[in-house]
Amino acid sequence: MTDTNTYLIRGARVLGGEETDLLLRGGRIAEIGPGLDGGGAATVDARGAVALPGLVDLHTHLREPGREDAETVYSGTRAAAMGGFTAVHAMANTFPVADTAGVVEQVWRLGRDSGYCDVQPVGAVTHGLGGTTLAELGAMAESIAAVRVFSDDGHCVSDALLMRRALEYVKAFGGVVAQHAQEPRLTENAQMNEGVVSDRLGLAGWPAVAEEAIIARDCLLAEHVGSRLHICHVSTKGSVQIIREAKRRGCDVTAEVTPHHLVLTDDLAESYDPIFKVNPPLRTADDVEALRAGLADGTIDIVATDHAPHPIEAKETEWSNAAMGMTGLETALSVVQSAMVETGLLDWAQVAERMSAAPARIGRLSGHGRPLAVGEPANVVLFDPSVSREVDPAAMASKSANSPFRGRTLPGRVAATFLRGTPTVLDGKVQ
Amino acid sequence: MRHLLSAGDLSRDEATLVLDTAKELAQVGDRSVKKLPTLRGRTVVNLFYEDSTRTRISFEAAAKRMSADVINFSAKGSSVSKGESLKDTALTLQAMGADGVVIRHSSSGAAKRLSTWVDGAVLNAGDGTHEHPTQALLDAFTMRERMGRVEGLRVAIVGDILHSRVARSNVLLLATLGAEVTLVAPPTLLPVSVRSWPCSVSYTLDEVLPKSDVVMMLRVQAERMKDAFFPTAREYTRRYGLDDDRFAKLHDDAIVMHPGPMIRGMEISAAVADSPRSTIVEQVANGVSVRMAVLYLLLGGSESAIGN
Repeated sequence: MTDTNTYLIRGARVLGGEETDLLLRGGRIAEIGPGLDGGGAATVDARGAVALPGLVDLHTHLREPGREDAETVYSGTRAAAMGGFTAVHAMANTFPVADTAGVVEQVWRLGRDSGYCDVQPVGAVTHGLGGTTLAELGAMAESIAAVRVFSDDGHCVSDALLMRRALEYVKAFGGVVAQHAQEPRLTENAQMNEGVVSDRLGLAGWPAVAEEAIIARDCLLAEHVGSRLHICHVSTKGSVQIIREAKRRGCDVTAEVTPHHLVLTDDLAESYDPIFKVNPPLRTADDVEALRAGLADGTIDIVATDHAPHPIEAKETEWSNAAMGMTGLETALSVVQSAMVETGLLDWAQVAERMSAAPARIGRLSGHGRPLAVGEPANVVLFDPSVSREVDPAAMASKSANSPFRGRTLPGRVAATFLRGTPTVLDGKVQ
Repeated sequence: MRHLLSAGDLSRDEATLVLDTAKELAQVGDRSVKKLPTLRGRTVVNLFYEDSTRTRISFEAAAKRMSADVINFSAKGSSVSKGESLKDTALTLQAMGADGVVIRHSSSGAAKRLSTWVDGAVLNAGDGTHEHPTQALLDAFTMRERMGRVEGLRVAIVGDILHSRVARSNVLLLATLGAEVTLVAPPTLLPVSVRSWPCSVSYTLDEVLPKSDVVMMLRVQAERMKDAFFPTAREYTRRYGLDDDRFAKLHDDAIVMHPGPMIRGMEISAAVADSPRSTIVEQVANGVSVRMAVLYLLLGGSESAIGN
C-alpha cells in the first residue's frame, strides 16, 4: 500500500551537496539522511537533482481580478508551481486595484482555493495606484490576508512626502514599501532604455537616472525616518552602486532583480518585437554585469520574477502600442542557473537564500523560506540542473505566452515541487 | 533583398544604383506621356496611418507612372479607426494580393513589424521618429543633381534631430555615400548618444554655415516648447533659424534644402526658401523619380535588386 501523505525522496542533493534521502510526512520534513526506510511512502527518484526549499516570489502579477484573459490565480499559481515556487506575492495592480481589505482578502482566498502555491497579496500604497492619497494600509495589514508588502508597482510613489509617510506608517505593523523606482517626468512615453540603441531605433528613452534618482531619494528617506525599504526590479549599474553605498551606511534597504535583467539586453529591441518590451526596460551588457555582481555580493538581496502575463494581442502589435512585461515564473530558476550558477557567481545554497529565505523574510512570510531540516515545513523543489530544454511558451502552465526566452535553450528543469508535503509538480508535470 | 526599411540597409553600390535608376526614370517626367509599362499588373498599397499628403501623392505618382495599380488606404475612416490592429490590416492587404506596401506610421518600427506579417515588399515611408529612407535617397539625389557628387560634400543638418526620421536616414545614407555630415541643434534636441553616430555635432549654427556645401533645415514643431526642449520659438529662431543674415554667410555655391512642410519665419525665412539656391521644389520632383526607382528595383524584376 502506498501512503499518499508520505513521500520518500531518494538521492536528492540538498542545496547541491551529497546525495541523500528526505522523508516528507504530515506536511513536514520528517527525516533526512542516506538510505531512509520510507515504509509505504511513495518514492520519488531524485538522483542528481538539487533539493532547494520552495521558492518564494516577492513580485508576481496574477492579474485576477480583472484581467483573467491574461492570467488567473489558478493558472498563475500552477505556473508558479512549475517554476518551483511555493509562495508568490500577488501585485496590487488588478482591476479593481488591491487597495482595500476586501480585494486583498479575495485574492488571498483565491490562492488558498487553488492549492498550487500560497498567494500572499501585496497591497497598494495609494488609492487606485493614483499616487495622491494613502490606501487603508492598516486595514489590509489586519485583514485575513495579513498584508506586509505594499507597492504601487507599475507606478512609482513619486511624491516625496507621500513616500515618506508610507515608509513611516507601515512601521506600525512591520510592513515594507516596495518601490517601483521610476521618476515619472523623466520617463514620459518612454519605450526602452535610453542609449545608443534607442537613439538609433527612434524609440523614446527610459534613462537610467530616472530609476537611480528615486532609489537614492528613497534610501535617504528610509534612513531619515528609520524605516525599511524594498526596491523592485533594480535594472541599472548605478542603482546597484547607490544601494551598495546605502547598505554600507546602515540603511535598511533590500532590493530585487528579475531573471530577465540578469541576461537580456536592450539590443534585442532591434527586432521591434515587443516581446522584449518591459518596465524597467532591458538595459546594457554593462548593467547586466553589475546586476550579477550585485546579486552575488548581496547588494541585491533576491531574485523576483515580475511575472507579467499579457494576452497575445497586447504583444502582436507595434512597439509603442504594446504592453510592457514578460512572463517569468516557469523560467526563473533556469535563468538563474545559467546566469549565476554556471558562471560560478552563486552556489545552490546561495540561490536558496536569494530565491527562498530572503524573499520570505522581506515579505514576513512564516512557513516559507525555511531551511531543509527535520521538523520544517515540507516546502521543497527538486531541480535537475543536468538537462536542458528549449523554451516553448505554448507548453507552459501560464495562460499567457509572452516569454522573452521563447525558442532559447535554457539549462535545468523543475522535476517536482512540494507544498507542505503535497506534490504540486511531479515528473515535471503540474499535478 | 525584399524591403526598404532603413537607409542603413543600403550598401554604397545599392544606394548608387537607386540614384542612377532615378536619374534615368526622371526623364519620364519630361515626356508628354508620363508613363512606363514596367509595373503593369502589380499592386501597390499606400498604407498611411499619418496624414502626409506630400509623401502619399509622391508614392502614388511614382507607382502610377510605372503603371502599377495603386490602392490608397488611409487610417481615417477605415477599419483602423474602428480598432483594427496593424497585423489584421496587414493580413487583409496580403489576402488582396498586394505586391508592395508603402507604409507611413507614427510608431517607430511599424514598417519592420509589417514586414514580418506580409509576403510583399514593404517600403518604409516614415515610421515614427525612426527613419524615412526614401526622403534620404531623394535628398542625396538632389545633392548629386545640384553639386555633381555626394562624396566629400559638407552637409549641415539643422533642427530637431532627436525626433527626426529624416535626420536618422540622412545620417546613415550620407555616411554610406561618403559625405561629411554635421548635425546642428540645441543639446536638448540631440539624442544622448549622438556622438556615436557617423557624423559631427555642433550647437552653433553660425560656426557651421561658412563650412557647409549643403544646409538641410528640418521642421521644428512649436509644440516642442511645451516639453521644454527650447524656451520660445523666438529664441529658437534667434539661434538656429536660417534667416537672411545667416544665409549671407554661406559660400556662393551652397544650397539650402528642406524636407517640408516648412514653417516660414521659424526655421527658415521666406527669402531663403524662395531663393534660387533653395532646392525645396526640386526635392518634391526628385521624390517621384527616386520612389519610381525604389519601386522598380523592389517590384520590377523576379528578384529585387535593393533592400533586405
